Amino acid sequence: MHAYLNSTGLIVAAYVVAAVLFILSLRGLSSQETARRGNLYGIIGMAIAIAATLATNTSALHAAKFQPVLFAAIGGGAVIGAIMAARVGMTQMPELVALLHSFVGLAAVLVGYSLDRKEVPAFGLRIEIFVDVWIGAITTTGSVLAFLKLRGSVSGKPLLLPARHFLNLAMLVGSITCAVLYAKDANQTYLYAGTTIACVLGVHLVAGIGGADMPVVVSMLNSYSGWTASAAGFMLHNDLLIITGALVGSSGAILSYIMCRAMNRSIWNVIFGGFGAAPPKPVAKGEAPAPGEVQEIDAATLAATLKSSKEVIIVPGYGMAVARAQHAVRELTDILRKAGVNVRFAIHPVAGRLPGHMNVLLAEANVPYDIVHEMDEINADFPTTDVAIVIGANDIVNPAAEDDPTSPIAGMPVLQVWKAKLVIVNKRSRAAGYAGIDNQLFYKPVTKMLFGDSKDAIEKVVSTLKA
Amino acid sequence: MALSYLRRGMKLGIVKETWPGERRVAASPQVVAKWVKAGWGVQVERGAGELASYPDSQYETAGATIVERTAAWGDSDIVLKLRPPTTTEVEQLREGCTLISYIQPAQNTELVDALAKRKVNALAMDQVPRISRAQKMDALSSMANISGYRAVIEAAGRFGSFFTGQFTAAGKVPPAKVLIIGAGVAGLAALGAAKGLGAIVRAFDVRAAVEEQVKSLGGEFLTVSIKEAGEGQGGYAKEMSKEFLDAEYALFRAQAKEVDIVITTALIPGKPAPKLWFTDMVELMKPGSVVVDMAAEQGGNCDVTKPGEAIDHKGVIVIGYTDLASRMAHVASDLYGTNLLHFLDEMGGAKGWKIDHENDAVRPALILEKGEKMWPPPPAAKKAEPAPAKEAPKPAPVVIAEKKPEPKAPAKSHGGGHAPAPRPPSKGLGIVMSLLGLIAAGAFLYLRFGQVDALASPATQDFLQRITVFVLAIFVGMQVVWNVTPALHTPLMSVTNAISGIIVIGGLLGAIGGLTPSIWLAIAATFFATINIAGGFLVTRRMLAMFRK
Repeated sequence: MHAYLNSTGLIVAAYVVAAVLFILSLRGLSSQETARRGNLYGIIGMAIAIAATLATNTSALHAAKFQPVLFAAIGGGAVIGAIMAARVGMTQMPELVALLHSFVGLAAVLVGYSLDRKEVPAFGLRIEIFVDVWIGAITTTGSVLAFLKLRGSVSGKPLLLPARHFLNLAMLVGSITCAVLYAKDANQTYLYAGTTIACVLGVHLVAGIGGADMPVVVSMLNSYSGWTASAAGFMLHNDLLIITGALVGSSGAILSYIMCRAMNRSIWNVIFGGFGAAPPKPVAKGEAPAPGEVQEIDAATLAATLKSSKEVIIVPGYGMAVARAQHAVRELTDILRKAGVNVRFAIHPVAGRLPGHMNVLLAEANVPYDIVHEMDEINADFPTTDVAIVIGANDIVNPAAEDDPTSPIAGMPVLQVWKAKLVIVNKRSRAAGYAGIDNQLFYKPVTKMLFGDSKDAIEKVVSTLKA
Repeated sequence: MALSYLRRGMKLGIVKETWPGERRVAASPQVVAKWVKAGWGVQVERGAGELASYPDSQYETAGATIVERTAAWGDSDIVLKLRPPTTTEVEQLREGCTLISYIQPAQNTELVDALAKRKVNALAMDQVPRISRAQKMDALSSMANISGYRAVIEAAGRFGSFFTGQFTAAGKVPPAKVLIIGAGVAGLAALGAAKGLGAIVRAFDVRAAVEEQVKSLGGEFLTVSIKEAGEGQGGYAKEMSKEFLDAEYALFRAQAKEVDIVITTALIPGKPAPKLWFTDMVELMKPGSVVVDMAAEQGGNCDVTKPGEAIDHKGVIVIGYTDLASRMAHVASDLYGTNLLHFLDEMGGAKGWKIDHENDAVRPALILEKGEKMWPPPPAAKKAEPAPAKEAPKPAPVVIAEKKPEPKAPAKSHGGGHAPAPRPPSKGLGIVMSLLGLIAAGAFLYLRFGQVDALASPATQDFLQRITVFVLAIFVGMQVVWNVTPALHTPLMSVTNAISGIIVIGGLLGAIGGLTPSIWLAIAATFFATINIAGGFLVTRRMLAMFRK
């Protein structure tokens, strides 16, 4: 047993306080009123944990001291983190979150290697090191791929290898074999082999998931990063890591579950990754029903229509984020609200590429959060709505989810915009959504299309309204 | 007229109501005009709308032909009526034609048999299902709405004082206090009407869900201290426990001394109305107070009610009129006609009218098809109706019941998405998570402690303790996170991200000692974890600062 793994009374107390603060932090995040305090609790908890770790070990162990370069690493990391946080655009939040997940995984791998190299670890510890490194590696490569997909550096299309379940299984068996061999002989080659397999597995799990399912991927990786921290806690015999990791892990798992339910997928698909049972297969070209005629509308007509309506619901989607149209949308909202139009927002749980992504974007644009509603709150109101404006959303408003049992998204709860008296769909082009299926909404008689970049299109409407 | 007639295919026949005292007619001239425009032929029995202040001339102007009784019954493809027909009236129906009216098939088995003998199609407006799509055809609700309003007007007519409070030169008059029992469609309509007249209105209902509706209309929602869910199936209330009923009656007795007007609206489909306003409650009321028993036709909610009459019981007026809607025949006929209009449209309109078994808004109303009994509908026909809540009781409701549309409820059938309100963690998730946990822990334990002597070692104890901490922390995490509002999912993620940077501790602990490769690795780990901590917390702060009301 390593000397530095022993906890003193002080550090135990500090860790308990930190763990409680982390729980309060997550709790605080449950509503807008307490969220800021929750974040503060998290910061304090982290500060206490780090300070206690540093203080206890410097004073207790004279022979071994922290290297100055360690403090440089802390300082450098903090500065880089702060810069990233300050610079990131709200539309890029999904990428940042994915990247940060990969850092947790990477740190876990490095800590595991570090422990392994310090001296030959005992048998039990070897297993714990292997588990830590293995989960860490999956999280790292999975998150990096998610990051690249979200940035658009890698195609968002799901990569579905023919024998992918077999591949996953083979990699799992391979990993277990490596674990057993490493545990037996402490031969580091097997640890590295296991890491490599885990890296490939991480890539493979995320590669199989398509663009529209990214919210699930991100929250799943969030969960993985928590389990990684927990595994590290087992390895280092550190309860704070175990508790914190478990908190984060279950939080991420719940988020994934919520996202899954919002898309009518089973939790099993997510836990085992890959969405095996219900991949969003693009419909074969021949099967697609012959598209009808779409009706277009121009900005001026739309402006006039909006002015004379009473109830307007805006349904934003990823397209709004891509075009950074949220400020234009807010301006439109302000003008209409001033004119006495009741403008509200309807947010589908999986709109965007991150759970709650749309809410953050709208908040950034200063849209008051009390007019931003969840799907279940507002879905019943569409029949009494004069105009529903769909901005850059597709699958989440696709009536096929309700009407067409053969559709890949059948059964997914969707926003029933087509029940409104008039539906305006803003879209860059006539292409299908990420699920790769045609949207009958565009051909409905109540629907009028406003083609063009969301930002330009909405700004045109705004300027007409101002004129 | 006759010429336009020839062009048209299906002929609608509006017949005169014959029930004693019935003033309504199945459709107003406004509705008839819409039918004519849509391509239906319409014939109206002479004098059908007279009592509802719709003279024949108006129907003629709307494009209908005025015909005699025999033609209206015998020469129409679809006979439209309000009250269930009498068995003699049924004799006049042509074989193969269609009757649409109230039928109440459960009570009127004789009538259904008589209709079956005539080999006609029969559709019952009283059986139109309570799904959101069918709301516009829901005649029961339209009529209940009218009755509720009229009940207040009748009460006001008998009540010896103002409804609204007044300050007159001669002194102050307090506003009337109205108690409404059962906040269904009729109850809510009464609430709105009484509120509009200026009264203080209280409403009681066993279904806690209607509290919001009562409050939205400016009413005060009365409740008993016993918590018990009263929601039954199809918007009706369910049977309550004895304790609950006792508390309810105690509340009524207390209210009886205070209020001036009581309007009761409790109904149970196919059964006598429940008694809930007892003789002693009537006697507790101040002289000059008024009770309107809207359930009089089904026996009444009040002990002393005489159906069809207004009586004086020891100074308290008890109104038991059974024709409240008929007393507003003009508007009632128009609304009923509009319900019929939507119903015919739902069945395909003038161009494509047919009986479609697949249409879940129509199928439940289908009683007979070509004389063949189709009622009650198979359960499959109800597929579009939302699954009733888990606590849905047996369909034997006893206390407050009044059909009412619940516009938000049907959305639930599509609402697989998470509800805005916090939900407890679902069983499925819990089971899956604990199962996986067990499997993982088992595999781990086997690998780690597979050796013979390991179980007794302190390391095992230590490990088991950590597993305990781990499992507990998972459950704490689940409980805490389950309540997060969806709007905050992104900040939650970035904060958990920062928190999982706690792995920095691992880096710190590993970075003690000389600069070996091992130390360098630990330092690198610290570096990455710190980025995470700083980045995660700061970006969360930035995001949260943006959320404003």
